[in-house]
Amino acid sequence: MRKLLDLAAPAALVLATALLGLVVSSALQTYFLDTLVKVAIVVALYVFIGNSGVLSFGHVSFVALGVWTAGVLSVPAAERAAIMPGLAGFLRTPSAGNVQSLFLAALAGLAFAFAVGLPLMRLSGLAAGIATFGVLEIMNNVLRYYDKIGPGLNAFSSVPETTGIWQAAIGALVCVAVAYAYQRSRFGRQLRATREDPAAASAAGISIYRQRLLAFAVSGALAGLAGGLYVHLLPVEIDSLSLDLTFITLAMLVVGGSGSLLGAVVGALAIGGLDSFLSAAENGVDLFGWNLDLPTGTAVLAVGALMAIVLVVRPSGLTGGREFSLAWRR
Amino acid sequence: MSVSWQTLADALSLGGIYALMAVGIGLVFGVLRLVNFAYGQLIMAGAYAIAYASVWGWPSWAGIVLCFAVVLALTMLMDRAVFRPLRTQSPAVMLVATFAVAFLMQSIAVLAFGQLGTIASSMGPLNQPWDIGGVQIRKIAIVSIVVAAVCLALLQLLLTRTAVGLHMRAAAMDFRTARLLGVRANRVIGGAVLISGLLAAVSAVMLTARNPQVTPIFALDDTIVVLAGVVLGGLTRPIPATLGGFTIGFASGILGGSLPTNQSQYLPTFLFAAVILVLLVRPNGLFVRGGGAAERL
Repeated sequence: MRKLLDLAAPAALVLATALLGLVVSSALQTYFLDTLVKVAIVVALYVFIGNSGVLSFGHVSFVALGVWTAGVLSVPAAERAAIMPGLAGFLRTPSAGNVQSLFLAALAGLAFAFAVGLPLMRLSGLAAGIATFGVLEIMNNVLRYYDKIGPGLNAFSSVPETTGIWQAAIGALVCVAVAYAYQRSRFGRQLRATREDPAAASAAGISIYRQRLLAFAVSGALAGLAGGLYVHLLPVEIDSLSLDLTFITLAMLVVGGSGSLLGAVVGALAIGGLDSFLSAAENGVDLFGWNLDLPTGTAVLAVGALMAIVLVVRPSGLTGGREFSLAWRR
Repeated sequence: MSVSWQTLADALSLGGIYALMAVGIGLVFGVLRLVNFAYGQLIMAGAYAIAYASVWGWPSWAGIVLCFAVVLALTMLMDRAVFRPLRTQSPAVMLVATFAVAFLMQSIAVLAFGQLGTIASSMGPLNQPWDIGGVQIRKIAIVSIVVAAVCLALLQLLLTRTAVGLHMRAAAMDFRTARLLGVRANRVIGGAVLISGLLAAVSAVMLTARNPQVTPIFALDDTIVVLAGVVLGGLTRPIPATLGGFTIGFASGILGGSLPTNQSQYLPTFLFAAVILVLLVRPNGLFVRGGGAAERL
């Protein structure tokens, strides 16, 4: 019963956000949708980083792959030649429905993360960090310039905008549920053991490499799904799937507390809310009859400052890396 | 694939600048076990100092002085405000913190100076070519090779012939034991941070001369490449780190100058694919003998 609360608390937060998103105006709803997709990405990050304790800068490349998969398959075949003039022949005809494209995006993320993880999970520490960074750079570089496979520098326009509040919420909930199931499984527990004490875990017969690879693949699938959700939300440009998104999602995970699923969700919602509010204020908002118009760049500034402050004051994040508990222990 | 003298000189000079940045990052890592992702933003700040000095009509030496002042002040501030409180935290927390600082500084630059950037025209003369035996070579290429060589030689002297250098090397090898043997922690860390700031300022001058268009993302890509180079070379020792920085700068210069134009946009792909391959074969670093001290992140 108590363990079910670990799932119920983050799920309830996601649901509450979705319900709040239903009642606000459609202009504001965009921010709720964006934040829910970010929740999915951060939960994907958490599955690997939180459980293994190894940093990855490469997960946004899985998001990008999900965006690409769902994007290419969802642009109506009649409009493909106009949006992606250089597209190779074999990509001109196949198309997929909404749910199908999301599923394929997750599958692409899974396959790619597994393939990349196969050699990369042998690395640890900084070498792993730089190598995953390299994967991000390569993915970004190829998708940006190789216009035989996609729109290159242009956005994935004309993709049906099916990510409404329900699709975003269900997507985020699927990620939360998979993350919960994974961390409760024996694989998740074994990986957490390697995080706490690699030597002792190895001695107990756990293969660090295999457990990390599994988590990497699972989180790759979730990141791919998040990418699919994202491209169905708005016309995504490949350029936006790089360092900035890596930074903001890592910030969300760290600020919330990378040690727990609740931390991932709380961080994503807290920073997502702040970032949305400030981004809106950069375009000018009316706040209780008082016009607030902030200069461009304030949002990143505030998020960066908040992240630095949380790290200095409370390095284990807002939740301290613990799941929800009725008796909030110290 | 043909390599011209200009390409070779450019590659050597880029290698030299990256080697300086690599030492700056490697020295701080040695004493603090901290990968400073915000190093590029220090360079960006220095570049803005030069650009604004030239907009205000200052002579170029004054711009360079301002650049050193700004970079050193920011380095010290960064050490006090972020590195010092986080000294006891895990390397992962420290890396993410410098990530935050990097984006903070970048967004401050966007707010204060705008997205479009400023031209540092005072560095223009250095971009003129010199005619050496019928071969045209940009002055800045020669200047930065010489400056990098001098800086690295001075640094080598400092590390091997002075007490401070000895303390720094000892601290890089084993900080706790070094402290037990009487090395003063704050002094060594302060020294390393100061030198890394000086090297950032030198790199800022060189990079601004190569590319006078100063934007908020100035030196960001360079820093990422240098970080890859430092890890590639071997982060724990100064010389492998320097060699790693030089190698990746040289390689990217040669590749950038000799790839056909329709492929040069894929330069990062080639570069990072090579980095990943090397890391898989030599995870402790290309230029480190035996088992280096691998950091767990």
